[in-house]
Amino acid sequence: MCGSDKKLGDIRALILVGGYGTRLRPLTLSRPKPLVEFANKPILLHQIEALVDAGVTQVILAVSYRAEDMEKELTEEVSKLGVSLTFSHETEPLGTAGPLALAREILSASPEPFFVLNSDVICEFPFKELAKYHRSHGKEGTIVVTKVEEPSKYGVVVYKEDGQIESFIEKPQEFISNKINAGMYILNPSVLNRIELRPTSIEKEVFPFMARDGQLHALELQGFWMDVGQPKDFLTGMCLYLTSLRQKNSNKLYEGPGVVGNVLIDPTATIGKGCRIGPNVTIGPDVVIEDGACIKRSTILRGACVRQHAWLDGCIVGWRSVVGRWVRMENCTVLGEDVIVKDEIYVNGGQVLPHKSIQLSVPEPQIIM
Amino acid sequence: MLKAVILIGGPQKGTRFRPLSLDTPKPLFPIAGVPLIQHHIEACAKLEECKEILIIGSYTTAHMAQFVSDMQKEYPIIIRYLQEFTPLGTGGGLYLFRDQIRAGNPSAFFLLNGDVCADFGLKELWTFHNERSDALVTIMGTEATRQQSVHYGCMVCDTVTKAVNHYVEKPNSYVSTLINCGVYVCSLQVFHTMADAFQRKQDGFYSGTNGNSSPHPGYMSWEQDVLAPLAGTKKLYAMQVTSWWSQVKTAGSAIYANRHYLELHRERQAVPAPCHILPDVFLHPTAIVDSTAVIGPNVSIGAGVTIKAGVRIKESIVLNHATINEHALVMYSVVGQDASVGEWSRVEGTPSDPDPNKPFAKMDNTPLFNSDGRLNPSITILGASVVVPAETILLNSIVLPHKHLTRSFKHEIIL
Repeated sequence: MCGSDKKLGDIRALILVGGYGTRLRPLTLSRPKPLVEFANKPILLHQIEALVDAGVTQVILAVSYRAEDMEKELTEEVSKLGVSLTFSHETEPLGTAGPLALAREILSASPEPFFVLNSDVICEFPFKELAKYHRSHGKEGTIVVTKVEEPSKYGVVVYKEDGQIESFIEKPQEFISNKINAGMYILNPSVLNRIELRPTSIEKEVFPFMARDGQLHALELQGFWMDVGQPKDFLTGMCLYLTSLRQKNSNKLYEGPGVVGNVLIDPTATIGKGCRIGPNVTIGPDVVIEDGACIKRSTILRGACVRQHAWLDGCIVGWRSVVGRWVRMENCTVLGEDVIVKDEIYVNGGQVLPHKSIQLSVPEPQIIM
Repeated sequence: MLKAVILIGGPQKGTRFRPLSLDTPKPLFPIAGVPLIQHHIEACAKLEECKEILIIGSYTTAHMAQFVSDMQKEYPIIIRYLQEFTPLGTGGGLYLFRDQIRAGNPSAFFLLNGDVCADFGLKELWTFHNERSDALVTIMGTEATRQQSVHYGCMVCDTVTKAVNHYVEKPNSYVSTLINCGVYVCSLQVFHTMADAFQRKQDGFYSGTNGNSSPHPGYMSWEQDVLAPLAGTKKLYAMQVTSWWSQVKTAGSAIYANRHYLELHRERQAVPAPCHILPDVFLHPTAIVDSTAVIGPNVSIGAGVTIKAGVRIKESIVLNHATINEHALVMYSVVGQDASVGEWSRVEGTPSDPDPNKPFAKMDNTPLFNSDGRLNPSITILGASVVVPAETILLNSIVLPHKHLTRSFKHEIIL
């Protein structure tokens, strides 16, 4: 590790994993949300890797359910990165601020500031810059804000030119600001004095008071940002992520015959002849794409198979699922784990629960139990 | 000597078969690779005693000339088209050309409606008729469901003699499940009965007592003006058959008829198969089919059609010179002449076959729209020269000729 990072000291981060990830069902019926692969890597690892890159050595995961498989799998993955992982279990959901109070002991063990982030966020994580900016203004907290096109759907952040936040306004009817809370913060341990151990919201019950006291600054995020907590946004987030890989000239993107635009293909996947893959496709490990398939704007998870002449646009194909020959799937169709879609079926916006076999077309969006 | 008459109507009829009938007269629409009424001609030509087939309708001779000439070459039987000067109804045309039918003094003639399809058991029908010396007309009858029977001509028969005691065309309430197949054998004396009926019609027309409902003094309905009065006179008989029979009214029934005619004419199927074939399939010898395509069951592919790699076609009719591009799927559809389907596109309709769980159920000739004004799910039809772009879906839709689509459509009629 280089000297400048060392200077940041032993930094801790708390990730608000929360509940079961119901918004990302049917995928989260088989696998905890943090382990669902986004662009061939568990969502949580995108964040932890970025945190490690910014010098974080201890990560606390605030979870409101027990999943031993997840804890084991994540601990293994994360130990490779040289970072320690602690699980902080809530006995009741504590909202977005309560988990900080629960982890108070760890977070206040050193006077260094710590990172807090929502678990569904995908972006070009600016943790180094965030820490640097936070130290420069010397106040209690800094939150990352991002620009959105339609601010009236969100709570917006109003701040001065120097970054000091003046107020938060929920769902403004008239344009006030186009910056919203991006779900990433750096806070001094003193902030813990503002939080009680009970279900409570950091956005509504902590930040407004910090802003009132002039103790909260905003850092504007550069590049893309997406909350990938639901299938539609998961796919949009994937497109943005792949575009950002392209801009960074990443060698991870796949180039080859039959590939159009930004495509990520695991080296263990096999692609048949005469396929057209892309733009904006992620193909996971051990996936088999048979001859003559066409896939656009989709994620195909580990071990799945897309058979000959199938056409997919805007789909998430779950682990070990099989999409039959001449199948057409589109419009945010999500197949859970081990789903079989029979030959020649049409699925329009279907959400298919794990281990189902689809024998009849689904012409209108629906959930298939 | 026997003769046969095929009644094909005219361009004013068969509108429910649109848009398929916009390009080709409905009687010439190919089912199982040959024009609809060629199946009638073939059934007649099989009978050695049958020496002449007269096709009667109000299509112009220009429409029919090529077909008649082709048929004349293919079958060793005299085939002629007789054009009515104006639509005269099912009985009017027949009566108009009575001298042509009587010429050569045949012992009887078959009368076949052009819009039915069946395993025409003409020999059995003739034998049955011949056994009943007083019979003027013998009707081929079949069993229908109680519910559907009212859409057809309904007959009540003597259980022993099979004489028809009562005949009603499309009754308002249930009469009988025995229905008229639109296939008959008639003795020449039937023209005497028709002369009486014709006289009544004329009288009515000129005295105005028929409410001027007839468009022409020569207009006559075979079913209502001839068959119905014959019921109860012991001159009208019905022979009930259990073999396959259906009307061809809507475009959807073309797919159903195709399946059964393919099954009846397996000898026409291509050997050796140029690709993976799931029987029954008719492939015109001039069609160009990629070896990786998968075709069938129930598919007819017309002359000069091109089927590219990885194409899947089932339960469909693809008309002459159409092109189906790579990886496309076509099911429960009719693809018009010179039409093209783009790569990875899906052209899909909904089958409208009779309910297989109901014995004797027939095609439900459902109207295009339901009572809410929405399109009833039906087969998808691409008119002539329609272009379906790549990667789109066309579901339960009807596209009129020469339309170049630019996106997907579902449950729509595209003008």
